[in-house]
Amino acid sequence: MPTAEEIFTKVRETLVDALGVDDDEVTPEATLVGDLGAESIDFLDIVFRLEKNFSIKIPRGELFPESLAADQTLVKDGVVTPQGIAELRSRMPHADVDKFAKNPKVENIQELFTVQMIVNFLQNKLAGGSA
Amino acid sequence: MRWFWIDRFVEFQSGSHAKAIKNVTLAEEHLHDHFPGFPVMPGSLIIEGMAQTGGILLGEMLHFENLIVLAKIPKVMFYSCACPGDTLAYDVRLLDAREDGGFVECTARVGDRLVAEAEIVFARVPRGGSQTLSQESLMATMQLLNVWETHRGQPHCGQTNGAGTAEPV
Repeated sequence: MPTAEEIFTKVRETLVDALGVDDDEVTPEATLVGDLGAESIDFLDIVFRLEKNFSIKIPRGELFPESLAADQTLVKDGVVTPQGIAELRSRMPHADVDKFAKNPKVENIQELFTVQMIVNFLQNKLAGGSA
Repeated sequence: MRWFWIDRFVEFQSGSHAKAIKNVTLAEEHLHDHFPGFPVMPGSLIIEGMAQTGGILLGEMLHFENLIVLAKIPKVMFYSCACPGDTLAYDVRLLDAREDGGFVECTARVGDRLVAEAEIVFARVPRGGSQTLSQESLMATMQLLNVWETHRGQPHCGQTNGAGTAEPV
């Protein structure tokens, strides 16, 4: 069972390969979209590489949940509803939903996708949980 | 110009790997501008050839149910040139295939000489909307590229009958 440090190092290598960023740009708080310039297709590439590098399977939507924006009970007028926030908590126990809840605009959902989020997800997954 | 950047499949192992060839010829218009007096196959078209080989390999494994599009080229390296008279061989290995798309690793060689290598990510486009490529035209393309003869075993979907129309299996 790798340590958090070892997981972080491998995640960093994965993101450097997938996104073409430098080592030092990959900090735990860095957001994939805002800071590291990831686009939607990069998420697919990242999932492939994580599966290969950690010898695990990541079912679709487990690490990066599919768009919630389409569901009207979860998002209304560009703001995520309390029900939507609860949905995020249950789908993404590895993410910092509290931080998001302070300004729950739809466009801020992508701020949830940080390097630390990936590390947390992997820690849960490797420990035998289903994240 | 028909956008075929491979001429024939010479190997096809469903879900695993495939090899296709492209013969570079002086009859290709663009070579006379790329470059005048020194024709070399553009790298972008070598990538396109690798992508077509990989895209068909991936599409076949997913039963050609959806359109496969080139989405991302994480890595590509060019080592030497491909010139008129050369036969480029694209060797593609399928590393991952899933609902959303796939990931392939490819090399391009002229004989033993390495010309290029690349990693390519494909996305699978859901059915519906404005799909210009019909299943029949894709099956006809497969026929031209000799996919079915090199393919071990039966095609997963769409076999042409004598009249050349595609039927679902």
